[in-house]
Amino acid sequence: MLIDEKGIRSDGRKWNELRPIKMEVGVLKNADGSCYIEFGKNKIMVAVYGPKEVHPRHMALSDRSLLRCRYHMSPFSTTTRKNPAPSRREIEISKVLREALEPSLILEDYPRTAIDVFVEILQSDGGSRCAGITAASVALADAGINMRDLVSAVAVGKVDGKIVLDLNDVEDKEGEADMPVAIMPNLNRVTLFQFEGILTREEFEKAYELALKSVKKIYKIQREALYEKYFEGEVKVE
Amino acid sequence: MVKRKYVVPGDLIVEGDLRASTNTFKIGNRIYSLRVGLAEIGNGSVRVIPLSGTYIPRVGDVVIGEVIDISAFAWQLDINSCFYGYLTAQSVFGRGYSPSKYNLSNKFKIGDLLLAKIQSFDRTRDPMLSISGPGLGPIERGVVIKVNAMKVPRLIGKKGSMIRLIESATKCKVILGQNGVIVVSGEPDGVSKAIEIIRLVESKAHLAELNRMVKELIDSWGVRDADR
Repeated sequence: MLIDEKGIRSDGRKWNELRPIKMEVGVLKNADGSCYIEFGKNKIMVAVYGPKEVHPRHMALSDRSLLRCRYHMSPFSTTTRKNPAPSRREIEISKVLREALEPSLILEDYPRTAIDVFVEILQSDGGSRCAGITAASVALADAGINMRDLVSAVAVGKVDGKIVLDLNDVEDKEGEADMPVAIMPNLNRVTLFQFEGILTREEFEKAYELALKSVKKIYKIQREALYEKYFEGEVKVE
Repeated sequence: MVKRKYVVPGDLIVEGDLRASTNTFKIGNRIYSLRVGLAEIGNGSVRVIPLSGTYIPRVGDVVIGEVIDISAFAWQLDINSCFYGYLTAQSVFGRGYSPSKYNLSNKFKIGDLLLAKIQSFDRTRDPMLSISGPGLGPIERGVVIKVNAMKVPRLIGKKGSMIRLIESATKCKVILGQNGVIVVSGEPDGVSKAIEIIRLVESKAHLAELNRMVKELIDSWGVRDADR
């Protein structure tokens, strides 16, 4: 049983509750932009380098910047040691991450350059791709790359027959459905939409609405993190 | 009247019939920010002064570059950017230049610092530099420090007020490149003071009371020196 009779989940949350989120911007001195995020038990460090010259040179694109993403789980991020070599899953998430961030960036402003994004999972507990996108977007803003909007992401799913928000590791593995969604909150555009499992049409609509609503809360935390670094929290975030 | 506002990417700055200037974009008549920074609304247009980012060359900028490579026709300079700057031998020796007559490394060696102007740059070509102009050319001595290029305008101040303040307070010569490379020369004590002020300006660039803070720092030295 992942949800008890009172509707409380395995980690004590209600169905529509997020895990506690903590973000810090500009934690790495040598990177052009960086962000550290704690998303429940997930601990993720994101570093952005660029725009910079492209190596190898032949990869450079003449009309826009080359966005490269690396999603990587540290060997100590899981309960049993994870082989540090990039797995099939990590290569796929790297691609998915890149495609989720790309629409928010104006890469045409930096032709013949590269932008590298490194997402390092230091501790994982389900939903790390969403937390990674959220942090990577803030790190890109910190690096001063022209972007249309921040990207905020969250997963919704179905556990024990109920729609739940922000699945943790157990719920992700044992649950009936998992749906990570990334959104540009101001422009109201979806940049990532993945779905695994089975939902009825009504359940899907409920889950999607829940994701749209919750992403706004994450967006607020992203803004606060940027305000904290750049304006010393001087001004209240609306 | 210019209205200022703190913004992050994607923030709606203002709605209305205004021109979207630097670091902003427009959808319908809504103007959004592209960067983290200070939005300025006024005079029929909206712009954002960014607070982060690397240096992107612009034609007319005066930059400090370090010679990193020499070919038969040009020096390649690291200008603290994602592009290298090229200073052609022709622009230095004149039109009569031929690789058989001159040796480029006799003029500038690898590691030399040059104050140069960006003569041409667009999205298809790397920046071309020029050292013909008043004050341009090799920099002989000084301590090199790097700051975020986005903070350079605050370091210059209104009509160069900040840089003049630093120079007069520390009795140092400060050469400032638009790319965030700075060369400070003078007495060792003055140089370390100048670097301290520059670091203060860099960390507090977005604050309105920056001038007061710098003056306070300078005044505190006055007291310290008088005690001695």
